[in-house]
Amino acid sequence: MESFTPYSALLGGSLIGLSAGLLMLLNGRIAGISGIFGGAIAVVGGDRLWRWLFIAGLLLGPVIAHLIGISFVTPQVNVSMPVVIVAGLLVGFGTSLGSGCTSGHAVCGLARLSLRSAAATGTFMLVAAITVYVTRHLV
Amino acid sequence: MAKNLSAFICGLIFSLGLIISQMSNPAKVLGFLDVFGSWDPSLALVMVGALATLGLGNLFIFKRSVPLFDEYFHKPKHTQIDVRLLSGAAIFGLGWGLVGFCPGPAIVAISMGSLDAWVFVLAMAAGVALFWFFQHKIK
Repeated sequence: MESFTPYSALLGGSLIGLSAGLLMLLNGRIAGISGIFGGAIAVVGGDRLWRWLFIAGLLLGPVIAHLIGISFVTPQVNVSMPVVIVAGLLVGFGTSLGSGCTSGHAVCGLARLSLRSAAATGTFMLVAAITVYVTRHLV
Repeated sequence: MAKNLSAFICGLIFSLGLIISQMSNPAKVLGFLDVFGSWDPSLALVMVGALATLGLGNLFIFKRSVPLFDEYFHKPKHTQIDVRLLSGAAIFGLGWGLVGFCPGPAIVAISMGSLDAWVFVLAMAAGVALFWFFQHKIK
């Protein structure tokens, strides 16, 4: 547990909760990133601008973090490019089929005490943990 | 106008939350999912911070009948736990566990100079498009 970072985790998590609360209070929208992403790239249906601006905010984050002196490491992915592509396809398809990802189900849904989101969260956490177990300890 | 500005600010706050909690780093996420390795419980505390903040916020937000900049709260209508929800969550969990990226962190990591994140997000868009293509066959 040498890499455990409890304080930054709590602080960062609180900011995520604050963002989700503000988006619901101001715009009446769920801060589910897969839903926002899917709606932004949708060919049909209006109301895309706010979704693209939310994504622009996500993209600006590292720039602002750098300017105000919050350090971060450039993400390292230890798998080959084909695996990255397959994983991206699975995440895009799965979150569309299951109507949400970590933010929509595990944060916004659980905070509303939604049983549906609890079932989704339990399922993707379990499958992800099994996947990591298989790829790190069995293969 | 106000709606678009608030979406941008919320995206930025969300991004800073992911950066500070290091959830933008797949290695950190996989450290949580690797229950039988050197387990890093940080992600659980990110959830605690987010759920405490949003859960408390929701108590006040939903006392209102409407959000500030929209005519109603766009809350999810579905409540049923069905095969579609659980299979979608399982497919998402598999992709998440393979690389350690879920949608939000992957988008943020693009601005951290990660080529893998670019490829992942493009593949994710393709996954969403695949879902649209097959959507009428999935009931």
